[in-house]
Amino acid sequence: MTKMVPQYVSTTNACKLCKPLGASLAFRGVEGAEPFLHGSQGCATYMRRYIISHFNEPIDIASSSLGEKNAVYGGGANLKLGLKNVTEKYHPALIGIATTCLTETIGDDVKMLLYQYRQEFMQDGGPLLVHVSTPSYSGTHMEGFHAAVRALVEQLTVAAEPNGTVNILPGFLSAADLRSLKEIAADCGLTATVLPDFSETLDGPALRDYPLIPKGGTKISDIRAMSGAKATVEFGYTLPDQLSGGKYLEKAYGVPLQRLGMPVGIRETDRFFEVLSGLSGKPVPEKYAMARGRLVDSMVDGHKYVFGKRAVVYGEEDLVIGLTSFLAEIGVQPVVCASGGTSGSFVKAIENALEGFAVEMPRVHEGMDFHEIGELAAELKPDFFLGHSKGYALARGLGIPLIRVGFPIHDRVGGQRLLHIGYHGAQQLFDLIANAMITVKQDNSEVGYSYM
Amino acid sequence: MEAALQERQDSIHRTGEAPFVMDCNKDSLAGAVSQRACVFCGSRVVLYPIADALHLVHGHIGCAVYTWDIRGALSSGPELHRMSFSTDMQEIDVIFGGEKKLYNALVELIDRHAPKAAFVYSTCIVGIIGDDMAAVCRRVSEEKGIPVLPVQSEGFKGNKREGYKAACNAMRQLVGMGDISGISKYSLNILGDFNLAGEIWLIREYFTRMGVEVVANITGDGRVGDIQRAHGAALNVVQCSGSTMDLARMMEEDYSIPSLRVSYFGVEDMAESLYAVAEFFKDEEMMLRTRELVKEELSVIMPELMRYRKALAGKRAAIYVGGAFKAFSLVKAFRTIGMQVVMVGSQTGTPEDYEELAAITDPGTIIVDDSNPLELSAFLQEKDVDIFVGGVKERPIAYKLGVAFCDHNHERKEMLAGFTGMLNFAREVYGSVMSPVWRFVPRKSETVQEVPHD
Repeated sequence: MTKMVPQYVSTTNACKLCKPLGASLAFRGVEGAEPFLHGSQGCATYMRRYIISHFNEPIDIASSSLGEKNAVYGGGANLKLGLKNVTEKYHPALIGIATTCLTETIGDDVKMLLYQYRQEFMQDGGPLLVHVSTPSYSGTHMEGFHAAVRALVEQLTVAAEPNGTVNILPGFLSAADLRSLKEIAADCGLTATVLPDFSETLDGPALRDYPLIPKGGTKISDIRAMSGAKATVEFGYTLPDQLSGGKYLEKAYGVPLQRLGMPVGIRETDRFFEVLSGLSGKPVPEKYAMARGRLVDSMVDGHKYVFGKRAVVYGEEDLVIGLTSFLAEIGVQPVVCASGGTSGSFVKAIENALEGFAVEMPRVHEGMDFHEIGELAAELKPDFFLGHSKGYALARGLGIPLIRVGFPIHDRVGGQRLLHIGYHGAQQLFDLIANAMITVKQDNSEVGYSYM
Repeated sequence: MEAALQERQDSIHRTGEAPFVMDCNKDSLAGAVSQRACVFCGSRVVLYPIADALHLVHGHIGCAVYTWDIRGALSSGPELHRMSFSTDMQEIDVIFGGEKKLYNALVELIDRHAPKAAFVYSTCIVGIIGDDMAAVCRRVSEEKGIPVLPVQSEGFKGNKREGYKAACNAMRQLVGMGDISGISKYSLNILGDFNLAGEIWLIREYFTRMGVEVVANITGDGRVGDIQRAHGAALNVVQCSGSTMDLARMMEEDYSIPSLRVSYFGVEDMAESLYAVAEFFKDEEMMLRTRELVKEELSVIMPELMRYRKALAGKRAAIYVGGAFKAFSLVKAFRTIGMQVVMVGSQTGTPEDYEELAAITDPGTIIVDDSNPLELSAFLQEKDVDIFVGGVKERPIAYKLGVAFCDHNHERKEMLAGFTGMLNFAREVYGSVMSPVWRFVPRKSETVQEVPHD
């Protein structure tokens, strides 16, 4: 913490993605929605490719495919043509329109263009149009993700009677996490609106026909009625108020907001269940008390394998905070906590996560790329990397395991099925980490024990 | 067809039906979810494999991060090309201009990595704010003593083909800078192979066995120094015509180097390409050596290939690839293993390309330009396809519908060129088509058939 990471002018192997990618993912989590990027054709194609390689699922992201003339004279005509074509072929219930650096820089007024489009083409109805400004030259995919969620909430919710539901705005989780989240809420006896929910749209079954828009996603009617919920639970300590859907619902409709960390590890999951329990008025279901008990039991069984191991953790800020919190709980020393994000609140959140544990404060840095992470790692002698696929080259260079979590997982199957949250997620993480450390010990032993 | 928008109808044809006029080589239709990328992508993929050059993307982070390690593009030495460098432009750079940041980033990276040259890619945003990239590149080139080449690849300036041209323009500036003494009169440059999985090493070996010196790989396992000497070669052999034919034309103009279009995919095209090179050099001995080579290689692969042919005969294939030239070879390669191509398309074909495709495919074959998921999935179903050949973006379309798939694009890890590559290709196809998993997918599960045993 005391030493500054050298601040390079250039970025090498970035530890972040661009804003419209996050927005596209969020829009894919709404039932009947089609993500649409207002910009060059390449943006949509690149992001599709990047997302496909993780989820192994189709993701059609439409584009206004601007050409040179549009860049000079404005992209309005192409935006309208694109919306018309997408409506005709995909029959979406909603089109989620995100801008790109090109259309932000040429100054297209998307709000006005959509107003005109509604006047010209939507007199007899048509899909809902939700738009979000996502210039790629500020912020990361997470700002894009949150901004899209906020835009959905702002542009769709209407005043509603109290309906006893709970809004859950989880941020960017895996498909398995989202499924688990819905199960937890249901098991606690709560009717929850999880936004976004791509647990099925980006992790669906084999089909006979190509889905125009895959089944699943948060129902638009549920989003509209989020104003009537008895509370919003929102994950993310680094989420700024202006990008928070929960803040909006609180301000506009008086829905009380509970801001929590991503429920990774024991304490954060405990907090989450405490909140759910408070909302349902019922104790934590036996199923989860048992899962917690088994988790603690397994942590005892395996504690010696992981104690004192040194970890480099990287990825989205809120995921890293959750993972770091869990590492502290099992006796692993995080030595680097790095993110490409620049929320300004990352360091403080890591401090909070480690408070009360006898671990040293790791090197915590925002705005990092993998070149900088690599420099720190070389100096700090970690035992493993914890993060997504893009740290593989560094981990390989150091001869230590990469334990894959988060997004993207481009070099293994099943990234969408990784479970990070809740007691069950912590159990999976613990087993992964402990077994990775056992593997190292076993592989490096001359004896070749079959008992470890 | 119903899955296609009205404006797209003239980009879809069926061999043998109606006069053949393909609507192609134009900007993608808005809202059609094209499988194409952009100008920047075209430039980036062509120059990408030059392994001892610095590739700096001047723009916001997305363009750089989505092209990080995007292709196999194996190198036998340096691997600087596998890094993703960006100026990561922020709002302030957009407002006040990014030239200073570009200059500083270039200097920093050149000092750190000591590359043999640097390519600086322009992106959409740079085209709009009007940074004078060429001036910055000139200045850094003078200060650092290496070629620093601007690549004018603003994404909105057209389609991928424009990007290929921008890449060729940049390489044109390198060619001619090196010393060409000692280059054999039997020499050539390999254009348009990107060594995704080791292809260029095999092709070089074939040429060596024929007695031909390879001067420069353009660009698979490419080196700046070799490209600078490329004008010393007697011939350019051009695969993937879309991407590097422009450079071949430029070299013909600048240095009177003739070129041959070749393809290394499939036994037919591979053999023909080698013979064409031997014929070009008009050397009896070389022709004999080439015949011997082809005979030898075929004798190695044929027995196994015929086993696959037996299993795969009569099965139906669909092809959707970036360049049409690869599609020609794939049509023939499928024929070699007894399979029928029922659909073939490309992102960037020209009218001539599509005419040739129509000429070599069976009546009723669907031929399509710049397609999209809805059309492609409809074609797969209509033709009851057994295997789809494409890239990453086509894979989930096939898999979702329960259709086998073969990756013939950037991310593949199988070496698919040459005679050995044909065998690998057949193995790939066999390994997917014959998998038992198709018994369980909805498309087949209602009509389960016994899997034949050998």
